[in-house]
Amino acid sequence: MSKLLRLSVSPHIHSGRSTSAIMRDVIIALLPATIAGTIIFGWRSLLVLATCVLSCVLFEALFNLIAKKDQTVSDLSAALTGLLLGLNLPANLPLWQCVFGCAFAILLVKCIFGGIGCNLVNPAITARVFMLIAFSSLTKQAFPVIVDTASTATPLAQMADTEAAMPALSDLFLGTTGGAIGETCALALLIGFVYLLVRRVITWHIPVTFVASVFILSFFFEGFDAVRALAAILSGGLLIAAIFMATDYVTSPATAWGKVIFGVGAGIFTVLIRYYGVYPEGVSFGILIMNILTPYIEKWTAHKVFGGTKA
Amino acid sequence: MSFLSGIRVPHRKNTEGQTATRITEVPSVSIPMQMHIGAPAKPIVKVGDLVKVGTPIAEAGGFVSAPIHASVSGKVVKIADMMTSGGSTVPAVTIESDGEMTPDENLAPPVVNSREELIEAIKQSGIVGLGGAGFPTHVKFNVDPARIEELIINGAECEPYITCDSLAMTSRVDDIETALRALQTHLGIKKIIVGIEANKKAAIASMKELAARIDGMEIKVLPSIYPQGGEKVLVYHTTKKVIPNGKLPIDVGCIVSNCTTIAAIGAYLKTGMPLVEKCITVDGGAVSKPQNVIVPIGTSLEQVFSFCGGFSSEPEKVLYGGPMMGVAVPALDVPVMKQTNAILALTAKEARLPKTTACIRCGSCTNVCPFGLAPASILLAYKKKDVELLEELAVTSCMECGCCSFVCPANRPLVQTNKLSKILIKEEKAKEAKKHE
Ligand code: SF4
Ligand code: SF4
Repeated sequence: MSKLLRLSVSPHIHSGRSTSAIMRDVIIALLPATIAGTIIFGWRSLLVLATCVLSCVLFEALFNLIAKKDQTVSDLSAALTGLLLGLNLPANLPLWQCVFGCAFAILLVKCIFGGIGCNLVNPAITARVFMLIAFSSLTKQAFPVIVDTASTATPLAQMADTEAAMPALSDLFLGTTGGAIGETCALALLIGFVYLLVRRVITWHIPVTFVASVFILSFFFEGFDAVRALAAILSGGLLIAAIFMATDYVTSPATAWGKVIFGVGAGIFTVLIRYYGVYPEGVSFGILIMNILTPYIEKWTAHKVFGGTKA
Repeated sequence: MSFLSGIRVPHRKNTEGQTATRITEVPSVSIPMQMHIGAPAKPIVKVGDLVKVGTPIAEAGGFVSAPIHASVSGKVVKIADMMTSGGSTVPAVTIESDGEMTPDENLAPPVVNSREELIEAIKQSGIVGLGGAGFPTHVKFNVDPARIEELIINGAECEPYITCDSLAMTSRVDDIETALRALQTHLGIKKIIVGIEANKKAAIASMKELAARIDGMEIKVLPSIYPQGGEKVLVYHTTKKVIPNGKLPIDVGCIVSNCTTIAAIGAYLKTGMPLVEKCITVDGGAVSKPQNVIVPIGTSLEQVFSFCGGFSSEPEKVLYGGPMMGVAVPALDVPVMKQTNAILALTAKEARLPKTTACIRCGSCTNVCPFGLAPASILLAYKKKDVELLEELAVTSCMECGCCSFVCPANRPLVQTNKLSKILIKEEKAKEAKKHE
């Protein structure tokens, strides 16, 4: 008897949780927002989303092919980036702009830095900011190329414009206001949040501290008006960003305390930029800044080694 | 203070609550001379010698070493090198059984009236750490008694599948009692703490009963979170003492011993029969009838599996020990050793690991590490061969529990890298030492 058995180093079993399973869970968690966005903004939303998902996957596949790297599209992270970016765009955006944004997210932010796990900032967020700067005409519109200003001007733009009436809170919660496809329906986003928590894909730390600090600061900035502070957390893409983009593993800290610092920091920057910045969109910039600070936060909050480090 | 984390592993304790069957009909045994940490034992028999069960066949080869005894009666037919699971070779004594299992008539219970006699008795018994480590037990107990504050008995049995320690705690209470009383009397041990995972109700009940009879003995119920059985983890959870990196339990006043080791000491004190057989868990999806068996040391895995009804499906991987820390064996002709606590035959499905992909910096590895290490950073440091950084990351304190690899969604070779990193540091230190000479 000498049939050779397979040899390998321990452990010999695995939790079964793989990168693609995690990405799949995040995509599932985004489905409520996808459906809500389609209902609210119409079939063209689907066109934008499909364009983004397909182009992200294609760009990554092409890059790997040309750079002679292992094909990674099956890990679903490119598809996720596409879906997230699409949900962050208005339904009436020209499709060529979508493709452009995807190329930026996948090629410039992710692939040339070494692909999954190596990017310094979140691809979807960075692309959103890039598109804002590249395609916007520096108006007080929160997002570029909004054709029909009456129906799609975002609540934040309205709020910044003191003359306009603030939309009702219930409209904000259900998302029947203006904005990007996936960012407006708080209800759908919260369902996704609960799903991610239940599946243990993310922890509560970043979303809760992020949103809470925006609420508290806005409360002060709005002269202790709780309703306006609530409106501040239900608009401007805060929820989708706090739940789905600020929690990106690669660009946020791994430790619980690191996450708290990240969340609070992102919240502070968001509010400061909202009130003092050129663009009413503070969320993306807030996250970007914290993305850049993440390596330092991780260093400060690294676990203490049990038993000390000295041998 | 650090918070010790860990993971929930599947329990798969198919043999729980079963008694053990003794296997006596083995045609031959091959007993390796290295079944412990330290110097290999030196054979004292020649080919052709007749031996009985318990006859010494090898003496301790150094201070940190242990003698070895025949596990069947019969004739020594071969003394030759054999491959170990680690890939190195070690001499082994092969004995052809006469089928009688006649005990050696020279064996008698040891006379123990002092500390020295107890240590000597443990040495003669050939007992080593039976939980898997194989550190010679007489060496562990041979410390200044004034340094011992607590004896901690490891009954955590946190690895999936394995149940033989629980079985020892329920079926060998007398042996455990004899050993503990002797250790209390002669080593002056005041406090005994048995650590058992919460899900082992029968073992907890049985040990609690014993604790009621023994002064200074208490049971500490541990959370069912892997790895409670790691020495440093166990010491922390039973005494709240932190063993510094690079130190031993005795440096904080603790001796840690596995419950089966303690039972073996008791059995030897009562009967004088040295360690010649081992109760092991035979399990895994490929085994027809998973069960606990008591087998002569040196029996080949192949024989043990065939006693358990052979394989119900093709085994993909065969392990010494549990799936989290066990060692994969190359073939089935390797023997059951003193420190073997389980042999598992896993099916391809059980042993399936995801493809290794890029690290997504999810932090799972560092969040589950009981010692708060950062395996993802260690991997990067190892790739750069940055020894200084590796030492800073305290890779030397890694207990190789496997939690990090178990959860890594990218299935990075984290434990493997930690092992390699430790070797790299050792080599680097050796080089330094040479330079200074
Ligand atoms: S780094 Fe070592 S001690 Fe930490 S989880 Fe991995 S194997 Fe266990
Ligand atoms: S668990 Fe794996 S993927 Fe996650 S940080 Fe650690 S090494 Fe990277």
